[in-house]
Amino acid sequence: MGVRRRTESLRLRVDPIMCDGYGHCRELAPELVTLDEWGYPILSEQTFVATRKDLIHSAQLAVRGCPRQALWLEQFGPRN
Amino acid sequence: MIATSLPRLLHSAGSRPQSWSQHLKIFGPLAIPSSLSHVLCEAGLRGRGGAAFPTHQKVQLVASDRSRRKYVVVNAMEGEPASHKDRSLVSAHPHLVLDGALALAKEVGAKDIAVCIARENTAVANCMERAIHERERHDNRGVTIELHTPPGRYIAGEESGLVHWLDDDKTLPQFRPVKPSILRIGRGSVLVDNAETHANVALIARYGAEWFRSLGTTNHPGTALVSISGAVKRPTVLEVALGTPLREILACAGYVDTPRALLLGGYGGTWIDGCHVDTPYDNDALAALQASVGAGVIVVLGAESCGVTETYNISRWMANESARQCGPCAFGLPALSESLAQLSGAVGDPATALKQLRARAEVINGRGACKHPDGVVRMVLSALRVFNDDIAEHARGRACRFAANSRFATVPRLEREGDLVWG
Repeated sequence: MGVRRRTESLRLRVDPIMCDGYGHCRELAPELVTLDEWGYPILSEQTFVATRKDLIHSAQLAVRGCPRQALWLEQFGPRN
Repeated sequence: MIATSLPRLLHSAGSRPQSWSQHLKIFGPLAIPSSLSHVLCEAGLRGRGGAAFPTHQKVQLVASDRSRRKYVVVNAMEGEPASHKDRSLVSAHPHLVLDGALALAKEVGAKDIAVCIARENTAVANCMERAIHERERHDNRGVTIELHTPPGRYIAGEESGLVHWLDDDKTLPQFRPVKPSILRIGRGSVLVDNAETHANVALIARYGAEWFRSLGTTNHPGTALVSISGAVKRPTVLEVALGTPLREILACAGYVDTPRALLLGGYGGTWIDGCHVDTPYDNDALAALQASVGAGVIVVLGAESCGVTETYNISRWMANESARQCGPCAFGLPALSESLAQLSGAVGDPATALKQLRARAEVINGRGACKHPDGVVRMVLSALRVFNDDIAEHARGRACRFAANSRFATVPRLEREGDLVWG
């Protein structure tokens, strides 16, 4: 994964229009996602470093498991 | 050439819109400088639609885009019920707004201009339509000008929602994860600016940056249109130099007392306490009060009105105006106004309601595709700051002394209670 080697930090993001509050992301990545009282995801604002393989794994599960395809992993290079 | 003094934008504005010949007589012919964005940069013009984004940056962003077709959009939607500045401007000087749009179209290389006026403002739309016809006969500079009348919802005036309408007949805001981003109609890039910004561009193109800077502060030069409503004798639209103390602005509208509170910026703006009435009216000075000029709205809350009730009315209306695309806005805003209702009506336990209100406001903030929920949260949180006494009174379970004789009354009434479907 040549792209990820240059990535320093990542963040899980959500498209609020696409999101319908299925809540799969909470099940798949509980360490990154909490739900509000209406069942919509609150993603942790903090970026995590690319060496946290466990977080990347669960974030990828959440991205793939979203029924509305509303999630994506944002990657930040060394410059930002 | 018009004088350096006020008014500029509303110069010799009468009861009828200025025709093409009158317009030429007042402002003179439009000669567009070759590097307009540099002139705008020197002038320091910022957008007048609410966000106060530097106009020259926006222009350069669209000008540097490589799409083949470009559009300039004049946003005179004015979905804000307390705002009347755009309709006053367009129905006084439609040609000035069109001049600005033509100047910007030349700068970014656009061949199409879309003027957007809410469907409900038929009189204003007629003024603009006549002006566009006059243009076609006399001086359109090879640019097609079209009038569009989207339905006048609050959200329809949001720039991405407006472009969505022009692109796809839906007044729903779009999600833009990376900002600043260029809005698009098809593949063409779009420059959206408020009607007042366009009129300012037209004046800067004519008289230059130096002239523009002769009024206003160094950081925020120029003039701004202000719509004053609420407990004033004469609700009006005024043109003031930025940096004028609020007290003077209120005095022009016939309000000389110290008000109880002011709502600045619009329904998604900020309440400030009446004791700050000597603050200069510009973003730098207002930032200390966590307020901003916003869309140029000042609503005066009189001494015998209840701040909590008014905040509740506004938040309820705003909750109903949500586009209901994003969950935190569609469900959160009705919940927010429900908490406010509990607080103002003293139903249930007011202390819990207050705690719940703060928690909900924090959860909703920043989680919509557009800034609509953020604005409501900002307004509600500022109300909690300013109306501390009122809230304490309510939280103790006392009936409000003022709720009965509130004079605010600018919130349009919801036609059916059922409109608030998600509540």
